[in-house]
Amino acid sequence: MTNPYIVLPVLFQLLTAVILLFFWAKVNTQRLISIIGSLISMGIAIHLFYQVYGQGIQTMQAGSWAAPFGITFVADLLSATMVLLTTLSGLAVAVFSTGSIRNARLKFGFLPILHFLLMGLNGAFLTGDIFNLYVWFEIIIIASFVLITIGGEKAQIEGSIKYVTMNLLASAIFLTAIAILYGLAGSLNMADLSGQVAAIENRNLVHVTAILFLVGFGIKSAVFPLYFWLPASYHTPPPAISAIFGGLLTKVGVYAMLRIFTLIFIPDDFLSDLLSVMAGLTILSGGLGALLQSNMRKIFSYLIICHIGFLIAGLAMYTELALSGTLFYLVHDIVVKTNLFLLAGIIFKLTGTLNIQKLGGMYKKISQAQPAHGHTALFLGGDSSSFGLLGEGRIDSRWLPKWFLCAGGHDRAGELFDSLCYRKGLVRGLLERSRGPA
Amino acid sequence: MKTLIFKTASGYLLPLLVLFSVFILLRGHYLPGGGFVGGLIASIAFVIHSFANGLEETKHLIKMHPGFLMPVGLLLAILAGASPLFIGETFMTGLWFENPVPVIGMVGSALFFDLGVYLVVIGVTLTIIFTISETL
Amino acid sequence: MELILVILIGLLYASGIYMMLRRSMVKMIIGLILLGNGANMLIFLLGRIVKGKPPIIDSAEKVFQDIYADPVPQALILTAIVISFGLQSFAIILVKRAYKVVKTDDLDALNSTDEIYD
Repeated sequence: MTNPYIVLPVLFQLLTAVILLFFWAKVNTQRLISIIGSLISMGIAIHLFYQVYGQGIQTMQAGSWAAPFGITFVADLLSATMVLLTTLSGLAVAVFSTGSIRNARLKFGFLPILHFLLMGLNGAFLTGDIFNLYVWFEIIIIASFVLITIGGEKAQIEGSIKYVTMNLLASAIFLTAIAILYGLAGSLNMADLSGQVAAIENRNLVHVTAILFLVGFGIKSAVFPLYFWLPASYHTPPPAISAIFGGLLTKVGVYAMLRIFTLIFIPDDFLSDLLSVMAGLTILSGGLGALLQSNMRKIFSYLIICHIGFLIAGLAMYTELALSGTLFYLVHDIVVKTNLFLLAGIIFKLTGTLNIQKLGGMYKKISQAQPAHGHTALFLGGDSSSFGLLGEGRIDSRWLPKWFLCAGGHDRAGELFDSLCYRKGLVRGLLERSRGPA
Repeated sequence: MKTLIFKTASGYLLPLLVLFSVFILLRGHYLPGGGFVGGLIASIAFVIHSFANGLEETKHLIKMHPGFLMPVGLLLAILAGASPLFIGETFMTGLWFENPVPVIGMVGSALFFDLGVYLVVIGVTLTIIFTISETL
Repeated sequence: MELILVILIGLLYASGIYMMLRRSMVKMIIGLILLGNGANMLIFLLGRIVKGKPPIIDSAEKVFQDIYADPVPQALILTAIVISFGLQSFAIILVKRAYKVVKTDDLDALNSTDEIYD
């Protein structure tokens, strides 16, 4: 049904960002406005979710131009959930950054840019037009460029060169894909394209377009051969920024892939096999990479890649069960990855190091000094390892019959993930001491 | 570029170009033009002035940081875009006043949106160019 | 006209990718700019080039009487140009800043973030 107000999650973040711009360099006022703005957008997002849950898909035509000609905004249950999670992560990061980001960074406009980023994310989740999706992606990346470079330390600059280059390349490829798609189908509305593309006779060109989209979104969401920029850049900015990046930026690529490959290009055998191989190798390389690292934030960076693999695996199988597993895992992964990076920030603040070889017995130390901090850390850590298994299991159950090789890869990676957590003392260092006096 | 000809010409070019940019802004709804182009022309006017008379002189002329135009323009554009929401229409729908205003013509939410874009473009362009030329 | 554009687009893409594969940061930015321009030209070409009137209907008519140019690719290109203007100015400033901090133009020298132990 038509609902002109579904654009509000986007508009309100923009309004918050603009109000924050007026208070440039007044750091304390900015903190207050940011948290209040995030709380109100949380309310808007909950309301949108409630409406979509109760009344079904809501649509809106920007400027009242009728559907395939104007820009359509669509809120189905997936978009509404993603918007809800975005605002939730945004709220968490806004609160966390009030304590953890230095005033110098806030003076360079950290908070307004954060809200521009959230606006871009909300827009990308709500749009039903493929070129509009491109525009939201550009808003997201330009905001993220500023966030990743703000502060200007050496490691940050080095990381951001890689991040910026790969994202610009991905945008150029995405734009090329849109150009060919428009030339083929003459439409940009995703729902309209879904019918148009199926009727095109030149299937080879359709495949080329699909691969271009796959590469473009693949770079953004860090799948196997295209992920090398991620572990080189995600650990460099402050924890609050890593958290929003790790939780949402790669997932928006996966979301776009889910939309494109379920609406416009339905995976045939070739595409499905390609996705399967990519997913398997992503899981494997992410898991192996994580095992090699000793910096906690780098481990989490590789785990992002590993878990992107699980999401793509569900898409590759393209059955109802696999897709629902993917969606379930996507929701969970956003919350957990945001949490993990925030957790790394807390640990760094408490102990002054992120090297896990120096972190043993942390829970004991912390819970004696500051019980609240220790329990928060345990809660965040525990949440990530338990809840996700449900989602992984659901994808896993359909995995074996299709690709034995990749299944091997997946099991190895799952094993690696566990051994990583338990043997290298990351979660274990926290859990073992919880049986003690604390 | 401290030649006398350029310096004298820039004094006449500045008001002329700003006036032309406003003309481009106003005709932009049905004819080529609009906020983006108008904003670029206006910022070119200030850039020429800064080339001829130095950056400090131009900053003194503008009297405020050009970056301040960004939030003002954005706020204007948001309000213009969101104004249909208050009467239950969809975002960005054009709302027009009944009677045309002399000289300007029909006035509506699209004009205010364009005015916002105009201000943002001036703000962004001048901020970028001033920052680059300051650090060089 | 189409043939010239096709060759031009091919050249833009090829030289863009070639420049990106250089080791210099500045050449990489130039490569990205060329690639972006190639993509814009591709939209222009694939939107079908039509010699005809602008897509504006006379006030006396109800529908188009004549062949007309598709306005959508132009809107797309304008949007893409504005976006790439912002992104490129950011990237240029970033490279300048990186040159100040890292003191080299060589991309291969940017490897301190990949070290395993730190």
